[in-house]
Amino acid sequence: MSLWFTLTPLEREALSLSLLVSGWAVVGSLPFGILSAWLLARRDFPGKSLFDGLIHLPLVLPPVVVGYALLVLLGRKGVVGGWLYDWFGITLAFTWKGAAIASAVVAFPLMVRAIRLALEGVDRGLEQAARTLGCGPIRTFFSVTMPLAMPGVLAGVILAFARSLSEFGATITFVSNIPGETRTLPIALYALTQVPGSDEPAFRLCIISVVVAFAALLASEILARRMRARMEG
Amino acid sequence: MLEIDVTRRQGDFSLEMAFTAGAGVTALFGRSGSGKTSLVNMVAGLSRPDCGRIAVDGKVLFDSQAGIDLPPEARRLGYVFQEHRLFPHLSVRDNLCFGMKRLPVAERRVSVDHVVAVLGIAHLLDRRPTGLSGGEKQRVAIGRALLASPRILLMDEPLASLDGGRKNDLLPFIAGLSRQFDIPIVYVSHSMEEVLRLADTLALIDAGRLAAIGPVEDLLSSPAYAGLTGHGEAGSVLAATLCREDSEYGISVLSFPGGELKVGRLALPMGTPVRVRIHAQDVAIALVPPVGLSVRNRLSAQVRSVAPFDGTLVDVMLECGGCSLWSRITAEAQAELSLKPGMAVTALVKSLTIARGDVADRPPGQTESLPG
Repeated sequence: MSLWFTLTPLEREALSLSLLVSGWAVVGSLPFGILSAWLLARRDFPGKSLFDGLIHLPLVLPPVVVGYALLVLLGRKGVVGGWLYDWFGITLAFTWKGAAIASAVVAFPLMVRAIRLALEGVDRGLEQAARTLGCGPIRTFFSVTMPLAMPGVLAGVILAFARSLSEFGATITFVSNIPGETRTLPIALYALTQVPGSDEPAFRLCIISVVVAFAALLASEILARRMRARMEG
Repeated sequence: MLEIDVTRRQGDFSLEMAFTAGAGVTALFGRSGSGKTSLVNMVAGLSRPDCGRIAVDGKVLFDSQAGIDLPPEARRLGYVFQEHRLFPHLSVRDNLCFGMKRLPVAERRVSVDHVVAVLGIAHLLDRRPTGLSGGEKQRVAIGRALLASPRILLMDEPLASLDGGRKNDLLPFIAGLSRQFDIPIVYVSHSMEEVLRLADTLALIDAGRLAAIGPVEDLLSSPAYAGLTGHGEAGSVLAATLCREDSEYGISVLSFPGGELKVGRLALPMGTPVRVRIHAQDVAIALVPPVGLSVRNRLSAQVRSVAPFDGTLVDVMLECGGCSLWSRITAEAQAELSLKPGMAVTALVKSLTIARGDVADRPPGQTESLPG
C-alpha cells in the first residue's frame, strides 16, 4: 500500500482507470467470449467462417479503424449509440464505459482463441459420460466442460486483460483523452511524451505498466499451476 | 428387459439388429468392428439409429415411427466405457456421486456405502482419478454408473484396457454385480474368457447382424457358431452343480443331467452352480465302456452328428443326458470307429475347466435350457 501512496495523483488516476476499464472489458465480454468460442469449437452452422472472420477482424485491423467504427456505431449520433441515448440515456463515446467497450472489442479475438482452444481440448467422451449420468447439455457444460476448460479460459482472460491494459488506438479514437474519464495508462503516457521535459514521469508510467503486466502474468501462472495440481492430486 | 430393433447405415457399414436382453448378464460378442459398441451407443442415446425402436422395461427410449428419441440424460441407463472416463477435476467421491446427486432421493436405489464396499474403493474416496491405477479407475467408473440407479448397466469392454492381472482382479466384481444390485447388464466383449466367466446369455454379432442369441452353454457347444466364437476354442460348455466332495482323494464331484464329472477339489459350498468348459480335443470316444483306464470322467452318450472339420480331424457331436458334448477326433480314428448318428458310445473327458464358479445363488435352471 505504501507503494500506492508514492504514486503521483496522475499516476494513481491513470492506473486505477486502466484497471477499471480493463476489468470491465474482460468481465463484460467473457460470457460472449465463451459463447463464441463454444459456437466455433462445437457447432457447425452456415456462415461459420464469416463469424470466425468477424471475431478475428480486430486482431488484424488497425485499432484506429476499430475506434472509428465504434464512434460511428456507438457515438451519440451513431446507429446504435443514438438509439441507446434516446431510450436509455446511455452515452458511451468519450466515457470510461466506451473505453471498456473499445478494449473489449480489441481484446475479444485473443480471448475467444484461447477459450476455443481449451474447449476443443476437452474430451467429448467425458461430456458423453456426464449425459449418461443424467446431466442435460447445459448442466454438462457447466459441471464438466467449463471446469476442464478453466485453465484455457483463465489464459484467455489474462490475455484479454493484458491486451486491454495496453489498448491505445481504438480507445483514443473512440473516447479521446479525458483526464479522470478515459485517460488510461497508455493514453496518459502518450500525452506525457507530447510534452517536452516529461521524461521522468513518462518513465515512471512505463515502469508501472510493466509491473501491472507482470503481476497479471504471474497471477495467471500461479492459478494455472494450482488448477493442474488439483487435477493431478 | 431391453428390447432392441434398430437399423443404421454409416458409409459402407450397415447395422441391423433385433433382440431382447433379460435379467442377468447378456454378452454382446463379436470381432472388433462388428457393431457391438455402435449398438450400445444407440441404446445409451449417444448415437441415433436410422429407424427402429428401443425400449427398457416397457419404457420407450427410441421409436422412429412415434418420433420418440430420449436424450441420454433421460434414459436412466448406466454406461461403463472402455476407457474409464472419470472426471479429472473431481475427487473419486464426487465422481461416484455425480449421477446420484442429480437423482431425486426417492429414486436412489443404490447406496454409496454398498457400492464402496462391494467394489472395495473406500480407501480411494478422497483421491483424484489421475493418481489411480487402471483397475481402480474402472472400479470407480462402475460404481459411478451403478449409483445413478440405472435401469440397465451397459458395459463396453470395461476390461479391455487392463493387463491380465488387473483383469482377473476385476472379473469377480463384475460377475457379482448383476445379482448384488439386481440389475440387468449388457456386456460388450471380444474375449471368450470374459463371456464364459460373466455371461448368462450370449448374443453373437457379426458384421452388423445378430448371428445368434441364446444361453451361453447352447451357443458355445454348437459347432455352427465355432467360426464366430473362435476356432481355437472349440468345445462344449456345461452347466453343472457341485454335489459331493471326496476329501480322501481331494476331489469334488459335479453333477449335470448327463452324469457326473470329477474335478480337483473346489473351495466352494455344496450346491454351487458352476460352468464347465470342455475342449473338443479333450473328449475321447470309446465304442464299449473301457476297463483298466485312468481317465475318471466317463459319460455314456449318443452320437448325434459326425462332420469333417478339416482333412485330418472330425467333429463328433454327442448327446449326453440332453446336453451337447463336442468331441474332435482324428479322421483316422473315425475310419476305425466308423461312428454314425444314433450310436451309443462312452465319452472320455480327459480334462475340463471351471469357467465360472463364483455365481453363488443363481438358480441352476436359469442357465440350463440346453437343447434336447
